Amino acid sequence: MITINRLSKRFDRRAVLDELTLSVKAGDRIALIGSNGAGKTTLFRCLLGQYRYQGEVSFSGGAPKRRDAQALARIAFVPQLPPPLRMPVGELLSFAEKGAGASRAVMTDIAGRLGIDLAEVRNRPFWRLSGGQKQKILVTVALGREADFMIFDEPAANLDPAARAVFIDLLAERRNASMLIASHRLEEVASLVNRVIELDRGRVVLDDEVIDRLKAGEFRAVSITLAEPHPPFAAALAGWGLSEQHGGLNYTGPVPAGETFRFLGLLARYGSLIETLRLDQDMPETVA
Amino acid sequence: MTSRKSRAGFGLMMRLELSESLRSRWFHFYAAVLIGLMVLLIFTGISESRVLGFTGLSRLLVTYIQITMAILPLFIVVTTARSMVGDREAGNLEYMLAFPISLRVWYWGRFVARLLLILTPVLAALALAAAYGLVRAHEVPWRHVALYSGLVAALSACFLGIGFFLSSIARSTEVALGASLLIWLLLVALLDLLLLSILIQQQFIPEAVIAIALANPLQAFRTASMILFDPQLILLGPASYVILDAFGVAGYVVWAMVYPTALGLAFAALGYWRFAKSDLV
Repeated sequence: MITINRLSKRFDRRAVLDELTLSVKAGDRIALIGSNGAGKTTLFRCLLGQYRYQGEVSFSGGAPKRRDAQALARIAFVPQLPPPLRMPVGELLSFAEKGAGASRAVMTDIAGRLGIDLAEVRNRPFWRLSGGQKQKILVTVALGREADFMIFDEPAANLDPAARAVFIDLLAERRNASMLIASHRLEEVASLVNRVIELDRGRVVLDDEVIDRLKAGEFRAVSITLAEPHPPFAAALAGWGLSEQHGGLNYTGPVPAGETFRFLGLLARYGSLIETLRLDQDMPETVA
Repeated sequence: MTSRKSRAGFGLMMRLELSESLRSRWFHFYAAVLIGLMVLLIFTGISESRVLGFTGLSRLLVTYIQITMAILPLFIVVTTARSMVGDREAGNLEYMLAFPISLRVWYWGRFVARLLLILTPVLAALALAAAYGLVRAHEVPWRHVALYSGLVAALSACFLGIGFFLSSIARSTEVALGASLLIWLLLVALLDLLLLSILIQQQFIPEAVIAIALANPLQAFRTASMILFDPQLILLGPASYVILDAFGVAGYVVWAMVYPTALGLAFAALGYWRFAKSDLV
């Protein structure tokens, strides 16, 4: 679907993307990870034709072109920071309808699920909305379009937990669309993606397909030993359904395979407390 | 099919820019100043006075247009120069340019919408003057009203083009604002009232002085607006011989309309070229 060949982007003399080569197949759902400055946003801007670059980017086998309006008609985008647009929300939605083929009915439905009443905010200037409301409107506009490739740059950063969960569900429903999702919280999007790409200083340092090993309905057996009891961590593990033994020092139980990344994200936060960790692929039938 | 899509996109961009500007404070202030100025001139009874043979609506219009010459370019170039670069800094361009609108449609749609917006208050003020003349039973100089409208449109296109060019090449709002003020000051300084008269006094090469006067769109506007009421250009002194011998009255008025328009469009086109070739955000 998208072929990126030796893509380089320099600012002054510093290479932010360094001969990056990558291909995105139709149906790929990619989590793009990497530390700040790894080149994620720059890669998005090159894909959207907003930067000049060296190398080639082509969509669906077409001739490489820097900014192609036909290609952009197939791409929906949510930026990292909501822009301070002065136009009222209604005008933005109308622009998305007329300029990008977004469906008003779909947008109304999506906004409702995210907890936004479009009729209520229609006349309010976009920049006057709260950070979370802005993000919800941008997600609404992106998902209201019939795009088959979606670029999300830290899309859930401003969303409350409930909206975040709905957002993940909404993305999961778009089965036919390919996605490139930049996120610092891999655990958040882990259940959505079938591929993880890590960038470091403008290069791909990890490109891994994960779906085959994380099928829905399968479980992993988890066993954790802590150095000392820790009530908040114990509460979090209980939330995952693990049972406690030996006075809060041992925890065992099943974790859905598809949620492994999200679970590891939790463990990462309490890493200094963990003495031993075991994650077995096969679960005894009685547990599963 | 593609041209129909382009037309639809162009209309969409124009509507977006029109509604965006109609909401903005710069436009409210600009419209209030230009229409308010005309109202002020009407109420101060300037049309009833006689100076150098001008009276009635002609006197009103010549005063208005001379003041407009100082205000209009400054307003246009300052507000335009910061528009695109401001959008870039704020992150608006990153989001809006991710929509499938061609850059050509995006840029020129904004240009045409802004031109319409800029002209509307001036034309409304001129229409107000004509309406006032009709009510007071003054003779309305329709030919002058029409020619003034043309001159104002040419001057507006010129400074709008310069503003778009500056907005395309500047990497920050401060640079765009500074450059636009500098250009405006330079062109004002090179009017016959200021530096140009000093150059003549100092017996600078006459051809160079004439070239500067012809190349300065503000001077072209000022001379053409005078020529309508003072066909012999008595106010301008001996320089008038050069203008009248080389161009004639009609020829100079055509020059004052065509040259600034062409200059503005050339700057706007250069700005588009630069915009499309460089990083957009």
